[in-house]
Amino acid sequence: MIRINCPFCGERDHSEFGYGGDASIQYPALDAPAKDWIEAVFQRENIAGVQQETWQHTSGCRMWIVVERNTITHEIHSVKPAHPGTKTLLANAGDHQ
Amino acid sequence: MSKYSAWSVFKNGLSGHKNWDRAWRDPEPKTEYDIVIVGGGLHGLATAYYLAKNHGLKNIAVVEKGWLGGGNAGRNTTIVRSNYMMPGNRDFYEHSLRLWENLSHELNYNVMFSQRSHVSLLHSPAAIDGAARRYNTMRLTGSDGELWDLPTLKRNIPHLNYGPDSRFPIRGAAVQRRAGTARHDAVAWGYARGADQHGVDILQNCELTGVQRDGNRVVGLQTSKGLIKAKKVGFAVAGSSSRVWQMAELGNLPIETHKLQAFVSEPLKPLLDHVVVFGVGGAHFYISQSDKGGMVFGGDLDWYKSYAQRGNLPIVQDVAECATSILPCLGRVRLLRHWSGLMDMSMDGASFICKTPLENLYLNAGWNYGGFKASPASGWYFADLIANNRPDPIIANHDLKRFERGCNIDERGAGPDPKLHG
Ligand SMILES: Cc1cc2nc3c(=O)[nH]c(=O)nc-3n(C[C@H](O)[C@H](O)[C@H](O)COP(=O)(O)OP(=O)(O)OC[C@H]3O[C@@H](n4cnc5c(N)ncnc54)[C@H](O)[C@@H]3O)c2cc1C
Ligand SMILES: [Zn+2]
Repeated sequence: MIRINCPFCGERDHSEFGYGGDASIQYPALDAPAKDWIEAVFQRENIAGVQQETWQHTSGCRMWIVVERNTITHEIHSVKPAHPGTKTLLANAGDHQ
Repeated sequence: MSKYSAWSVFKNGLSGHKNWDRAWRDPEPKTEYDIVIVGGGLHGLATAYYLAKNHGLKNIAVVEKGWLGGGNAGRNTTIVRSNYMMPGNRDFYEHSLRLWENLSHELNYNVMFSQRSHVSLLHSPAAIDGAARRYNTMRLTGSDGELWDLPTLKRNIPHLNYGPDSRFPIRGAAVQRRAGTARHDAVAWGYARGADQHGVDILQNCELTGVQRDGNRVVGLQTSKGLIKAKKVGFAVAGSSSRVWQMAELGNLPIETHKLQAFVSEPLKPLLDHVVVFGVGGAHFYISQSDKGGMVFGGDLDWYKSYAQRGNLPIVQDVAECATSILPCLGRVRLLRHWSGLMDMSMDGASFICKTPLENLYLNAGWNYGGFKASPASGWYFADLIANNRPDPIIANHDLKRFERGCNIDERGAGPDPKLHG
C-alpha cells in the first residue's frame, strides 16, 4: 500500500485517493494553436522515475494535491496542495467565523 | 529443425525424450541486419515470423532484454475475442481471431486455443440493448455473436450468483462462441520456433540501451551485446514503449504505462468451461479455468501510473470481492499466485501500428489490456507495414496522428485518460 501524507488530513492509504495524472502539464491558452492542445491533451512523457502527479483525496477532504513519486519504486518524495494558496486561504477563512 | 507430430513424440519417447532438438537456436548477434525488431514478446515474435513467412525476408533479428515470454506475453489472462465494434478495431480483431483459429497448424505448435465462448454478463435492459447493438454490428460484419436470455445462461452456467439479493441481478449475457483462451507461453514459443526456422535470429538477454541516428534515420542500435546496425527497425516493447521512443530522441507518445494484475487459484476440478466477464457499476472482472484446473482471473488496473511490475493489495481485495459476488462458490478457494505486467495504455484505448518521424523506424504499441488476442494480426500487419513501407487500409487509423485528425478509436468512449481504457 502506498501511504500519502495529505497536507490537509495527514497520512492515509492511497486507496482513499483518486489518481489524476501528470502534474507537469500546462494547458495552453484557449485560443492557442491546435497543436499545442494536442500536445497537452494527448502526449505524455510517461516518466520511469520521479514524476510530479496529481491525486485527489476523494474519500477524505476532496482536495487535489501534487505528489512527487517514483514510478518504479513507488517511493514518495513530497506532497503539496495543488493550489498553492489553499492552506492559507482555509486558515484565514477560519479566522472570520 | 524437425516437425512435431504424433510420430515424433513416439520416436522421442523411445529415447526417454532426451534427444529433442532445441526449439530455436541461440545465436550470437551479427554486426548488421536488414530488419531488427526490438522486443521479444508476442508482437515482436509474430512480426518476425510474418516478415519471413509472408514477405520472404531474410536477415532479421529480434532483440529481447530478458527471456522470451518474460513480459506481458507470459503474464496475461489469455482471453481471445473479437467483440469490438469501432471501425479499425472491428476488422482488425476479427482478422486476428481468424488467424487464431488456424494458429496451431500454421506454427506446427499446439497453442491450445480453446474456443470455449466469451460470456459477458448483462444486468439491465439498457445493457442488453447496448449489447444487441454491438453484437449485431459484429454479425453484420462477418463475425459471430449472440444474446442469451436468463434461462439459456442458467442452463449453460448454473453456478453463477442468480440470487435475488445479489447487488446487480443477472438478466442475460452477450456471447461470442468463437472466443476463448489459449496458452500464452506456447504462442510465444511457437512464433519463436517458426521465426527461427525461417532464419530469424532471436537474441535473448540483449537489451536496447541506445539508438544511433543519422538525421531522420536510425543507423544502429546499442545493445547490451554490442552495436547492431540495422536497415529497418521496429519497436514492439509494450509497456516500455515510451522509454525506447525517448532513446531515439522522439519526445512524447500518447501512452502511459500502468500495471495490471492477474491471479490464479489452487487447481480445482472442472468448474467453469467458459470465459465469464462481469462488469457493472464499479466492478470489472473476468475469469476462466485453465487446463490445470486453476481459476485464472483479473480485474482493473492498479489505478496509478507505474513501472513496478508488482501489484497492490487494494486491487486484490477488489478482485476477490468481484469473484465472490459473481461466483460465491469460490469463497473458500485459495489464491496460488498473483503478479502484474506493464500495460502500454493509450489515450483512446487503441493501438499503434505505424510509421514514425524517422524514415526507417516503425512503431507497434498501445495494446492496453487487449494485446494477447491481437498478437497474430498485430504481427501480420506490422510485418506488412515494415516490408512495404505503407500501412494496410485496415490499420490506416492506427497511427500517431489520429488524435490530430479527430479519428480516435475510443471503444469505451472514456476520453483521453489512459487508465480508463480497459
Ligand atoms: C495481467 C495481464 C492480463 C492480461 N490479459 C489479457 C487478456 O486476457 N487478453 C488479451 O488480449 N490481452 C491481455 N493482456 C495484454 C497482453 O498481455 C499485452 O497487450 C501483450 O502481451 C503485449 O504485447 P507483447 O506480448 O509483445 O508484450 P511483452 O511480452 O511485454 O513484450 C515486450 C518485450 O519487450 C522487451 N523489452 C522492453 N524494453 C526492452 C529493451 N530496451 N530492449 C529489448 N527488449 C525490451 C520486454 O522485456 C518484453 O519481453 C494482459 C496483460 C496483463 C499484464
Ligand atoms: Zn485530505
